Amino acid sequence: MLHAVSLGLVLYGTWLLFSGIYTPLLMGLGAVSCLAVVGIAHRMDVVDREGHPIHLGWRALTYWMWLAVEIVKANIDVARRILDPKMPIDPVVVTVKASQGSELGQVIYANSITLTPGTVSIRINDNAILVHAIATELAEDIQSGAMDRRVTAMEGAGPPPSEDAR
Amino acid sequence: MQVALDILSWLLLIAGSAFALIGAAGLIRFPDVYARMHAAGITDTLGAGLIISGLMIQGGFTLVTVKLAAILIFLLYTSPTSTYALANAAYSRGLQPLLGKRDADTAEKESS
Repeated sequence: MLHAVSLGLVLYGTWLLFSGIYTPLLMGLGAVSCLAVVGIAHRMDVVDREGHPIHLGWRALTYWMWLAVEIVKANIDVARRILDPKMPIDPVVVTVKASQGSELGQVIYANSITLTPGTVSIRINDNAILVHAIATELAEDIQSGAMDRRVTAMEGAGPPPSEDAR
Repeated sequence: MQVALDILSWLLLIAGSAFALIGAAGLIRFPDVYARMHAAGITDTLGAGLIISGLMIQGGFTLVTVKLAAILIFLLYTSPTSTYALANAAYSRGLQPLLGKRDADTAEKESS
């Protein structure tokens, strides 16, 4: 229920910000369509911790700040390799551990790896992610587990994957 | 004040365009599908991010800026998902990544 209310509020907030026309008719239409979307989402059974992860809260914001800095650093590293006439690359494929408790956490981790230039997630099996990296140093950064720990910390005490799979 | 904001916005737009171009150059220079995805990632993240930030400064405190922020957030959610789909599809079809130290000279030897 909490998730449904929160989803409805977020949708209506988005409607108001995107529309920019505040007449009773349009605001009423917006309310009706938001209710319809919440209803459909509820029937699809996607209004839960996974589909609308409000439990991440502010921790997600601090994680994004950290991730943004990592993305900028990785961008500069890969850009340097592209611009270097020698093009010094050393592609490797490594397996890294994903210690998150839920599938949502693993998706966040895998997407964070892909979002950081120089490393791309290829496949997720159980608790391991197969990663292609453009250089050994970038693979070692991921293998050090700093990002893994941060995602796990952000996710907090999430339920184990078995509980998520209905 | 307006001039300072304009200059900051131009700098962001130019830097974003530069990163988009670097990404395109990498797309051509890198040897295989997997390596090229890393180059495309530069255009996706820093290229798009800087350009949209520059445009947001031009937009000021308006609904346009809100929409630009929404575009950036959607990009940051969808681009890793599509990159993952592409990498996973290539790997599932048995395309082996080129591994080991290589540089421009190795690439030249291989192509000749």
